[in-house]
Amino acid sequence: MELIQQLVNGISLGSIYALIALGYTMVYGIVRLINFAHGDVFMIGAFVGFYAITGLHLGFFPALLLAMVVCALLGVFIERIAYKPLRNATRIAALITAIGVSLFIEYGMIYARGAQPEAYPVTLLPSKSIEVFGVTISSQALLILCTAIILMIFLQLIVHKTKIGKAMRAVSYDAEAARLMGINVDHTISATFAIGSALAGAAGVIFGIYYIKIDPLMGIIPGLKAFVAAVLGGIGIIPGAMVGGLALGVIESLVSGLGYSLWRDGVAFIVLILILIFRPSGLFGKNVREKV
Amino acid sequence: MITFKRINGFWLSIVLALVFFVAVQLLISGGILNTFYINTLFFMVINIILAVSLHLIIGITGQFSIGHAGFLAVGAYASAIMTMKLQMPFALALLVGGVIAALAGLFIGIPSLRLKGDYLAIATLGFGEIVRITLLNFDYVGGASGMTVTHLTSWPWVFACLLITIIVIANFTNSTHGRACISIREDEIAADSMGINTTYYKVAAFVIGSFFAGIAGGLYAHHFYIIQPTNFGFLKSFDILIFVVLGGLGSMSGAVIAAILLTVVSTFLQDYPETRMIIYSMVLILVMIYRPKGLLGTKELTSFFRLRRAVEGGKQSDNKHTVA
Repeated sequence: MELIQQLVNGISLGSIYALIALGYTMVYGIVRLINFAHGDVFMIGAFVGFYAITGLHLGFFPALLLAMVVCALLGVFIERIAYKPLRNATRIAALITAIGVSLFIEYGMIYARGAQPEAYPVTLLPSKSIEVFGVTISSQALLILCTAIILMIFLQLIVHKTKIGKAMRAVSYDAEAARLMGINVDHTISATFAIGSALAGAAGVIFGIYYIKIDPLMGIIPGLKAFVAAVLGGIGIIPGAMVGGLALGVIESLVSGLGYSLWRDGVAFIVLILILIFRPSGLFGKNVREKV
Repeated sequence: MITFKRINGFWLSIVLALVFFVAVQLLISGGILNTFYINTLFFMVINIILAVSLHLIIGITGQFSIGHAGFLAVGAYASAIMTMKLQMPFALALLVGGVIAALAGLFIGIPSLRLKGDYLAIATLGFGEIVRITLLNFDYVGGASGMTVTHLTSWPWVFACLLITIIVIANFTNSTHGRACISIREDEIAADSMGINTTYYKVAAFVIGSFFAGIAGGLYAHHFYIIQPTNFGFLKSFDILIFVVLGGLGSMSGAVIAAILLTVVSTFLQDYPETRMIIYSMVLILVMIYRPKGLLGTKELTSFFRLRRAVEGGKQSDNKHTVA
């Protein structure tokens, strides 16, 4: 029973990782950039949600929507200001810029409001526990999981059924050819950043509800782990990010459940190194043959 | 004639370095420099060693590593264990710190250097984090509260390490091996087809780089009285990376200048940590947007003074391969 309990906890945690990982993987798929600032967009989402709930007295879903909208705008803004001028620069220049943006958001936030943590109100959602075969599932965890799944289904619909989704797939396959076919590559990239950042914002609010405590540097570790999840599933592949996130969450919970909770953060990176050595293209990735 | 000039240039710089060493030593023993300046100077030299060692990996060989703080941590803890737990002399501790870091580099380098670009970057980042978390859970070295270390770092030690690092890496760059490494940076497939054992050279550069990072770790540990795993997080790796990139990828003097400038800037802004990080990140973004090749590009400082072209290792090719 203990095992199943940990599995349930792991899936809740993993759904948060999956939501962040989706943004990483979409951005990587389309511009081949590891967007280090993504974890900080997640942090901003958590804070927007917090202020919406405590300051504007909004409920869970309006706060979630507000955080998603603000983060989408922030993502587009970051892309326009920092990444767009570097579209044709070296990859390392873009990566360093991403690190710069990440530091700027973190310390700008600390400068603006101080480094002290905040606590999400616990009474926001009804906290009932459901017992199924001896496994306790809190209604919060259930709601969080449902929200995450609905968002993921929504994302799948956008990517596969809409025009902008088709454009995104085309650009990630071959940006030059897509441009020749009359696709506005700049708009498509902006849309990708908007959607990815909105998911990160949603993950921020969900994280706040689930773990209560938020602070300006909270984005670093979940950001890195979500990145591991994206690599685990095969970076650039959307279903891969979902599966990778859930798998990572479950692995972490099982490690904590076995009594090695201090090693929890290390396990993610050991998984990362192992996957990179044995299957660098990820679980869902295809092997790309190198051509001269 | 040319070799004669080159040898002359070498001895000239050694003599200049020794003059600088004696001058600073006199200033320190004369009590003219106060502790604040001495500390800044030591920290600067440690940063230069780190920047130059990473320059060999990223700038010369083109292997993008963002876990350099991991090797710094390994060196710092290994040397601290030598002096504090085993009562060994400082020189041996420094050497052991370097050797153990080099072994860690070998251990990590052999599997992960098969990866390229972004994947290598991520793997090294993961390695850095694993080192930090392992130290955090290792009670022998104090866990999260860290380890207290006696202050043994002094100006002659710091200076000797700096000089050795720069001489070794400069000579390595100008040797056959260095040229092989540069060819890997320019085009790995072409280098391979010219008969260069790319894996060997990549691992060699990685091991030498981690060795000197380990030495820097030994100096670091015995300078700051206390070492904690949090000092070696990935922000520290980014700091070192920033020295190399701002100075210009492929330019050792660029890395040295960037390390000096940024240490000075961050020391003067120490009292305002948030402002410091905001300025730092702004500089990073602006430099990357307006001058992406860094301060000096692939040129060396000395190449501005002489007409004869020094070995500068060609131009960095654009967005294709090697770096990230």
